[in-house]
Parts: sequence; C-alpha cells; structure tokens
Amino acid sequence: MKKFLAFLLAVMMLAALVACGTKSALPDTTPKPGSNINEPDGGAAVAGAIKIGGTGPLTGGAAIYGQAARNGAQIAVDEINALGGVQFELNYQDDEHDAEKAVNAYNTLKDWGMQVSLGSVTSTPAVATSVENFEDRIFAITPSASAVAVTAGKDNVFQMCFADPNQGSASAQYIVDQKLGTKVAVIYKNDDVYSTGIYETFVTKSADLGLEIVSTTTFTEDSQQDFSVQLGDAKSKGADLIFLPMYYTPASLIFQQAKSMDYAPKYFGVDGMDGILTLEGFNIELAEGVMLLTPFNADATDARTTGFVAKYKSAYNEVPNQFAADGYDCVYAIYEAVTAAGVTSDLSASEINDLLVAQFTTFSFNGLTGDNMTWGTNGQVTKAPKGMVIENGAYLGMD
Amino acid sequence: MRKLQKHTVNGIFTYALVIVAFVAVQWLIRSGNISSTLRGQLVPICAYVVMAVSLNLTVGVLGELSLGHASFMSVGAFSGVVACMSLSAAIPSDPLRLVVGMAIGAVCAGAAGFLIGIPVLRLNGDYLAIVTLAFGEIIKNLINCLTVGLDSRGLRFGFLKSADALNLGEGGKVIINGPMGISGIPKLSTFTAGFILILVTLFIVMNLVNSRAGRAIMALRDNRIAAESVGIPVTKYKLMAFVTSAALAGSAGTLYAMNFSTIVATKFNFNTSILILVYVVLGGLGNIWGSVIAAVVLTILPEMLRGFNDYRMLIYAIVLIIVMLTTNNARIKSIPAWVRSKLRKGGASNG
Amino acid sequence: MVYGIAKMLNFAHGDVIMVGAYACFFVVTRYELPAVLGVLIAMAVCTLLGVFIERLAYKPLRSAPSLAVLITAIGISYFLQNAAQLLWTSNPKVFRSVVGDASLKLFGGRLSVSVSALVTVAVCIIIMIGLTWFTGKTKMGKAMRACSEDKGAAQLMGINVNATISMTFAIGSALAAIAGVLLCSAYPTLMPTTGSMPGIKAFTAAVFGGIGSIPGAMLGGILLGIIEIFGKAYISTQLSDAIVFVVLIVVLLVKPAGLLGKHVQEKV
Repeated sequence: MKKFLAFLLAVMMLAALVACGTKSALPDTTPKPGSNINEPDGGAAVAGAIKIGGTGPLTGGAAIYGQAARNGAQIAVDEINALGGVQFELNYQDDEHDAEKAVNAYNTLKDWGMQVSLGSVTSTPAVATSVENFEDRIFAITPSASAVAVTAGKDNVFQMCFADPNQGSASAQYIVDQKLGTKVAVIYKNDDVYSTGIYETFVTKSADLGLEIVSTTTFTEDSQQDFSVQLGDAKSKGADLIFLPMYYTPASLIFQQAKSMDYAPKYFGVDGMDGILTLEGFNIELAEGVMLLTPFNADATDARTTGFVAKYKSAYNEVPNQFAADGYDCVYAIYEAVTAAGVTSDLSASEINDLLVAQFTTFSFNGLTGDNMTWGTNGQVTKAPKGMVIENGAYLGMD
Repeated sequence: MRKLQKHTVNGIFTYALVIVAFVAVQWLIRSGNISSTLRGQLVPICAYVVMAVSLNLTVGVLGELSLGHASFMSVGAFSGVVACMSLSAAIPSDPLRLVVGMAIGAVCAGAAGFLIGIPVLRLNGDYLAIVTLAFGEIIKNLINCLTVGLDSRGLRFGFLKSADALNLGEGGKVIINGPMGISGIPKLSTFTAGFILILVTLFIVMNLVNSRAGRAIMALRDNRIAAESVGIPVTKYKLMAFVTSAALAGSAGTLYAMNFSTIVATKFNFNTSILILVYVVLGGLGNIWGSVIAAVVLTILPEMLRGFNDYRMLIYAIVLIIVMLTTNNARIKSIPAWVRSKLRKGGASNG
Repeated sequence: MVYGIAKMLNFAHGDVIMVGAYACFFVVTRYELPAVLGVLIAMAVCTLLGVFIERLAYKPLRSAPSLAVLITAIGISYFLQNAAQLLWTSNPKVFRSVVGDASLKLFGGRLSVSVSALVTVAVCIIIMIGLTWFTGKTKMGKAMRACSEDKGAAQLMGINVNATISMTFAIGSALAAIAGVLLCSAYPTLMPTTGSMPGIKAFTAAVFGGIGSIPGAMLGGILLGIIEIFGKAYISTQLSDAIVFVVLIVVLLVKPAGLLGKHVQEKV
C-alpha cells in the first residue's frame, strides 16, 4: 500500500512534468488574445524580441491587482510590437501574493530567459524578488509595489508608483494645504505593508504640520467586513475627515456602513482607492465627495488615456484601474529607455541592466500616471500627485 | 525482535532516500543541469520536509490533530532571524550563525509549544484542533503588533507601538516592524544546511519513535485509557512529543526565513498549517518517509503546473482530491494488486 | 450541523456559502429578478452543489479515516475558490441587499438598527427553531441524530446511513445559501475568497457552542461576534482577533465540550 502510494506520487509528478512540457509550447501569456488589438496573437513568441517577465498575484485574494497589472502591460506590449520597431515578449507568472511563490515564479522566468523584469505587483513578494533582481543583475521596474524596502539599497530596482512614505506625507500636506479637515480619524489595515507604511508617515507628517488625529483604528485581512466599531470611535470623537490608506474593497464597506450610521465625514483616500467607481453593483452615490490622491484617472479625456481605456475595455471587459495603468507605463518606460540606449535582444540581461539603469536615472518619462516622471538613484519615482474628488460619479481634478 | 528489524530497515531506507536525493541534486548543481526554479526551491523544500516530519510526530504518532503547526514555524522564524541579525557582529561565520539562529528558533518554538501544550493537551480530538487553530491566529496577531529594534544598547522591544517609538539610538535599525515583518534578511540558508537539518530531524524523530518514550506515545494514541491504566504518564509523554514537534518546526522556520529576504507574520497562517497537514496525510499518518516524499512532491507540483496559466491552482485542487480519493478507496486500492496478478499471469504465459 | 452528524470538518462549507451568494447576486443584480426568487435559486444551486460534492468526493471516503476526508474537503474548497475566480473574475462585486438598506430608528435616533440586521436575526431564529424541530420530531431528523450517535447501530436499526448523510448535506448546503445571502446583505462585497473566513468562523462557533448542538452553535456564533466587537471597542482593534481566540481557549479549558455540548462519558 505504501509502495503504491509512492508509485502514485511518482506518476503524478511525471504527469505534471509531461503536461508542463507540452503546454509550454503554447503562448505563455494571457489566454485572451484581445481581438481589437492590432496584433496577430496576444503576445506569442516574436523572433528577436526582448523578454520581459513579471510576477504578480494572478490567483487568490489579491488576484485583482496582479491581473490588472498584467493586462495593462500586455496592452502596452501589443501596441509596441505593432509599431514594428523593438519587439517585446511578455510573460507574467503567478506569485499568489507570497514571497516564497514569488521567488519561485521569478526563477521560472529566469529559466525562460527573462532579460528585463517588471518586479512584482505587490509589496511583500516584491521585496523578495527585488533582492534576486539585484543579485542576478536583471533590471526591474515594479508597477505598484510601493514599500521602501523594495528599492532600498538596490541600484537596479525602480518603482512606477509612489513609495508609501511619499503618499502618506503628501496626503497630510494636501489635507492641511487645502484645509480639508481639522480633526482627522485614520482607519488602516494593520497586517498590510502598504496600508501601515502610509499610515506611519501620515502620522509623522501630521504631527509636523499640526494636524490633529483624534481616532486611530485598525482592521486585518480576516476582519475587513465590519467597521461599525472603527466608525463609531471616529464619530464619537468628532472627526470631520477620515483618512483611508487602503484598497477600495474595504473602503466601499466603510462608506456604506457610515451611511447607515448617519455619519457623513469627508473621506480622503490614496491610490488604492482608485477603482471604487468600477466596482460592479456599487452604489456610486456613497462615494460622492470622496477625495483621493491618485496618479491615474480612467475618466481623463486626453487621447492616450481614452485609447488605453477603450482597448482595455474591449479586451478584458473591465474599466482599467491604476494597477493596469502602472503596468502599461512600466512597459512604455522600458520601451523608451530601450530605444534611447539602443538595446537589442541579443544582449545579456546584465548588459541590458547597465544600459537601462543609466537611462532611468537620467531621463524623464511621460505616461498615463504622470508627466515628466524622473527617477532618483534610490529607485523612487518623482511625479506630481493628482488630487481628485468624486462628483456625480466621476473623478474631478481638485486643483 | 522482528519488529525491531523492520524499524531499522525502515529507518535505513529513509536515511538512504534523503542522502541519495541530496547527492543527486548536488551532482545536478555541479553539472549545471538544474533549472533555477528547482534550485530556488531546494531550501523551502527542506523546510517543508522538516515541518511535515515534525507534524507527523504530533498527528501521526501522538494522534492529535494540530491545525496550528505554522505558528511554531512563525515563532521559530522570527526569533531565529532576530538572533541571526543581532549576532552578526558577535559571530562572523555565516554557517555558525545560522546554526545558532536555528537553535534559538527551536528553543523559542519549543517554549511556545510547552506553554500552549500544558493546558491544551488535556483536551482531545476536534477541541484540541480548534485550540491549536486559535493559537495560530493569536501568534499571528501578536507578531503583527510587535516591533523589535537593535542599537548599541542591545535589542529593544515594543508592543502596539510604531517603530519610531522604540527610541533607537545612533546607528540603530529596526528588525521586526510590526505587520511589515522583517525585510533585508541576509540569505544564510543553503541547501546543505537544509539537508543537515533534515537528517537531524529524522534522527530525533525516529529515535524518539523507536524508544521507550515513543512506544508509550503510540500506546496513548491507540488507547489512552488502557495506556493510563498501565501507568503511562499521559501529560508527560504528550508534552514530550508536542514540544519536540514544535521545536523542530521552529528550526525549520528559521531555515525558511533565512532563505528569503523578507518574511511577514501573515505568511504563517491557517492555510500554511493546512498545507503541512496535507503533506502528512498524503504521506501517510505515522509514516516518516511518506511525509518526506509528499512534502517534496507537493511543493514542486504547483511550480510544475505553471504551464497551465490561470488554471494552475484549479488543477492542483483536482489532483489533491483525486489522490485522496484513490488512496483511500477500497475498490481502487485493489487495482495495483489486480494489475500485478495480471502481469504475473501475462509473464507466466509469455515464458 | 453537517459537522455534528457526519462527524467531519467540512472546510468547503464556506465556499458553498460563497457560491450561494454569487448565485443570488447574478439572479438579482444582473437579471433584475425579485429577491425572493434569487434566494430560492441560490438555495437550489447550493443544494445541488452540496449533494454533488458529497456524491463525488465524500461518499467514496465514508469508511476512510476522517483526516482523509478533511484533506478532500480542503481540496474541494481550493477547487471552488479557483473555479469561482475563473468564472466570475477576482473583481469584487457589490451585492445589493435583498432587504434594502433602510434602518430603523429607536429611542429618538440614538440607536439605529439596520433592517438587514433585524432580518438576519429573525431568519436565524426561524432556522434554529426549524432545525430543532426537524431533528427532534421528524423521522428523517431522528435518523440523522441516530447516525451521529452511532453509525453502526443506526445501520443495524434499518436506517439508510448513506441517504441520511446525503440528506444532511443537502439541508446544510441550502442553509449555506441563505447564510451567503445574509452575509452579503450585511457586508456587500463579494469575492471568490469571501467564503473562507466565515467558513472557519462558523466552525469555531460550532465548537465553541458545543459540537452537534444547534442552539449551542447559534449561541457560540453570537457570543464570538459580541466578544469581537467589544474587544475592538474597548481594548484594541489590533488585538481583537487574538482576544476572541484567547476567550475561546479559556472557555474550552473550563468546559471542554463547549458551552452547550454534552460531555460524552468515555467507555472503557
């Protein structure tokens, strides 16, 4: 019986191997070919293409972020390949929002021959993979992993999004400058790197600016459904503005529960709040008047954004969020750097790395998520945050 | 006498299995025939093997269902990493520092196992399971609130405070930063270290199982009342197995953490505990080398399935269900015997 | 309930809840059908799913060790989550409450209770009374209790154990559908992972209240909820989960069979 078991396991392993082998002959990227995109096949192997790899949570609770970044990057790759110049090949691997799986995914990409990396989509896995990027000398620009530890001490890892501390202090500055509130309540997710990171710098900056924080409450992954206690605390202490450094899913619940408590403070969110209007079935009236600091606005009317949104909608049947725009921008930033430095696909990853690092620390880039972005040697991006307010179910610039 | 021999044979077989695998992998690395995917997985595989073997001690040998094994791994990982990072000046040699870290991880996890074990092992069955689950959640929650920093005055601890409140002196650095966990861990773990830890684990577990204490523990599993009536001290032996299991999990945690540059408390959640339980059950309760193989196969399997893109985890789930169904169903179990008899018949007619 | 009778931990229960919620979501929100129909369809879908799972995955393991069944249940749980993600994407859906989001004002507005909370409590009480009656009075219910106490003896008495357990699953799954609808009325974001935490919490509540005791399960659920809220409000929001579980451990140490559980005398 035991022998049989061992035998069975061995057979399973073999079957997996065989399946893997036959399957990898197929295109590695998304199974949806994206019919409207002027590209014969959604990212099939192109001869002489530069191989771009990325990891992100494509399954599990954080899948929405990983899938958005992948889809956005895929659209950019398809567009660039259609131009006929430099060719890219994109391969996104699932990391389940877990450091261990992310390193596995990264190694899979290395075996595949990745020359340029898009890092990881979420922070914790990105910290793990960026170390590998640094050691293997593979250039990386992460779409949305915003923790400082992602880029700290690594010369070849860059961020497309704001680092968490910048968001926290920028938010506090913004609230004070625009005189949005005097008594602030903060609700943050204390088992999440992103949320805690923003919270901490927000508190420090608020103390500097003399902004009064009257209530600080938390929630976790396991308890992100009921906010009656947190809201009750903020209400009883008379907070007139609630700062919500979190993603939009829990935020939508906060709006709804505050309304049923007859509590109507102002809300101020960060880039994770973007996407709340695209939530299927969400009562948009609840988000009326919510302010957020986000680099991307799917309702913007400039040609690039509208073009991207239209393509994304037709290919994936959803309105792109900020992660998708970050993924898209990353690929374009690489594209510009690659053309400027004259990188070709026959160079090794470390040669490309050196050329791209030199480009990124000197050039400025215009993308969906900001104009004139520049990168410091610490890998963090400098771009202007856009203050948005939701009015009549659409974003409106606040400045 | 015969039974003893069977144990010895089984033991030798297990050691041989591990050593052969180690030599084979080393040879592959030397000759450069190994993919970086597999290479990156070697240390986690070792950690999971140790976890599976140690959980097998609780579930298979002691017969108590534990749903919080990952919490011991967590305690071991965090304490071991803090030890390694704070001793970097005192012990310059990397391997030695890793060994010290693992030992400290094991001691801390063992202590946690002892603390939880005293009251909890009085319960049994599903109630024990739920309490271990609860314990795992508590540990996760506590570590999320913990900040630890290091400066010239030594380690500084904070609870429910932000890292700034630690008042670190000049040149101080934050090690555990609450929910952000630890980042910037030096990569000390190597495959050889993992291999040695597996051997040590196997040695400890097998010797325990085949000793007087081990027989007492198994007697408790098979019939607690009968065992008690012949004078076996229940709590002592239960605790012995539980603490050993926790300590081994702790050192596995250190090994695991030192392989990645970052760890967070939420990694060691209920799902990880369940994952390890799956290894144990699939490998066979009380069957040590079964756990080893199951841990290896099930760690590699999801990576093998990457070719299926989005359908990967779906297929993983299906494989899991099918394996459980086939290994536990009497009708299917009889197939290999049937095939074997057919083959024998076929061979006979051919010859 | 399933747990008490079939003597197994059904980790897939939470995911059945999730499927029920999705079914109701599609009926009500996408096709704009009345809410009652949505609940009924969700119940039908879940019952079918429950029976299907039971036939396919649990029945062949009836004589296997309970741990094997546990792992299979986990496999099913993974399967349902991932299938849901592929079918309905990981984008959260907002569930429009089936009972509306009005709230009642009591004591001149000092205490406001949402209608959905009231409906939840009412439905729970009805279900509890119904179940107690069902297991206590009907023939099928008695058969279920007999199976839970002693499978072998029940079989000897001419009870079809397999059919009884299948029936239990059907009822349990139908109730899971109601749970899903209620859960999502109160907390209206729906994701493929929505079910996993309620699944564990339900199991914890069942153990807390005493395994196999229906009023116990309800009491356990309510108490756990209250402890969590008070822990958050008066001690710390960061530690609320830890507090709940510490209380759980303490209670189990004092009363090892749960709050309302029967202490089974061990036979020597």
